[in-house]
Amino acid sequence: MTQKYLLSIYQPDGDAPPPEVLGPIMANLEALNEEMRAKGAWVFAVGLHPPSTATVLKAKGDDVLMTDGPFTEGKEHIGGFTVIQAEDLDEALEWGRRLAGVLSPLSIEVRPIAG
Amino acid sequence: MVEEVFRAEYGRAVSVLTRLLGDIDLAEEAVQDAFATAVRRWPAEGVPPSPAGWIITTARNRAVDRLRREAKGHEKHAQAELLRHEPEAREVGDVADDRLRLIFTCCHPSLGTQAQVALTLKLLGGLTTAEIARAFLVPEPTMAQRIVRAKGKIRAARIPYRVPRDADLPDRLKAVLAVVYLIFNEGWLDRADLADEAIRLGRVLAELMPDEPEVWGLLALMLLVASRRDARLRDGGIVLLQDQDRSLWNAEFVAEGQELVRRCLRWNRPGPYQLQAAINAVHSDPPTDWHQVVALYDQLVAMTPSPVVALHRAVALAETEGPRAALREVDALDLDRYHLFHAVRADLLHRLGEDPAAALEAALDRAEHPAERDLLRERLGRLGGLAAADQQDHADDHHERDQQPHPDRHAT
Repeated sequence: MTQKYLLSIYQPDGDAPPPEVLGPIMANLEALNEEMRAKGAWVFAVGLHPPSTATVLKAKGDDVLMTDGPFTEGKEHIGGFTVIQAEDLDEALEWGRRLAGVLSPLSIEVRPIAG
Repeated sequence: MVEEVFRAEYGRAVSVLTRLLGDIDLAEEAVQDAFATAVRRWPAEGVPPSPAGWIITTARNRAVDRLRREAKGHEKHAQAELLRHEPEAREVGDVADDRLRLIFTCCHPSLGTQAQVALTLKLLGGLTTAEIARAFLVPEPTMAQRIVRAKGKIRAARIPYRVPRDADLPDRLKAVLAVVYLIFNEGWLDRADLADEAIRLGRVLAELMPDEPEVWGLLALMLLVASRRDARLRDGGIVLLQDQDRSLWNAEFVAEGQELVRRCLRWNRPGPYQLQAAINAVHSDPPTDWHQVVALYDQLVAMTPSPVVALHRAVALAETEGPRAALREVDALDLDRYHLFHAVRADLLHRLGEDPAAALEAALDRAEHPAERDLLRERLGRLGGLAAADQQDHADDHHERDQQPHPDRHAT
């Protein structure tokens, strides 16, 4: 029985790095995803558009209030995430460590998925 | 009697049951059930020949009963069946291993330091939540919530119940030792029960990991520091090492600590705890051989470079090279926030015939513990007469109080 974990990638708001920087990073990321797939750990992975493209909805009575996103006004937002399955936290953290290495200096949050 | 067994065997029993049940809460419940049964039955029926074995077997049977009672789905039935057929021998044989696993679970780096400490005291030390809350001066509900949350994380995030693989062991072991030393430091000055608990945990670690010199180093360090406990407070005030009544030193602790230091030296795989123990062993054999202390600090600085360690080295250096050389080293350190930095400067300045008042004031501004503040105030009052040798002892005393878990911040 395995446990699924959400590996959230936190990145500072602002422009993405230039292609010559981003290129090798994305190649390394794809290689890591490939390795996760080969080991049966990979479940799902996405990158997201910038937080300025987000829209927030909140129900209030019968109405749904709509505001320009993102939800939190921090300086960092989730830029993408990977869902993996692992035996235990140590195994998940090992993948998280690898992801943090590829995406340095971004922070990776490892969080167990319920159910 | 039950209470003694509880204190000695609680951690062992919870460890075994955690393996059998795969859940810490269930394990704790089962073990508490078993002890409750013991309280009822032992007074009348007598203490069984192997109290620990009795507790574990009873707890297991209780857990089986409970699982059967609660069995709704197939899974719990299966679990109960599994437990019933668990061969007795394996339980006993794996006990030491089980405790080790539980220690590494409690001190998992994904848990905060406070949570690590609380879990270790609760699950391995057998302390109640109320006792832990009292020890750390937090309200009981706060401590209860901290423990519940930590256990929730262990379960939900699946923090493994396992001894780390070799590659991870050094780092993971450091975390475990830091937790034990933190417990010790929390208690050394005025809470003997916590310090004793830390020493007890240190002995468990030494028993479980006899090939790790740092484990023995930590035990030696705690024994040597604790040996001076009764001598170091008088009327609530701190007594400096050279003023201490040595007949109040715990001779057994000194002897055991020094023997362990000798064993570590023969091992020749030095580490921060062993070096700090060695420094304390030198202090335990007065008059202090300062050249040896400086040499040990040189090693410690090389191994764990930090301004705090450098500060303590400078204090020893004042004894071998004089206060001028020591002050030069101290002034180069970036430790303005640390009260001992200013206290050390004050003493060196005084020895050089300069005015230490401003430095003492700065130290007083930053010191927190009442006994430390009293000592500084007294010095300010008399302004003088103290040699750096006093300060070394003072530094020793107070540095250990530092609550940071990093060994390099616990240099003596």
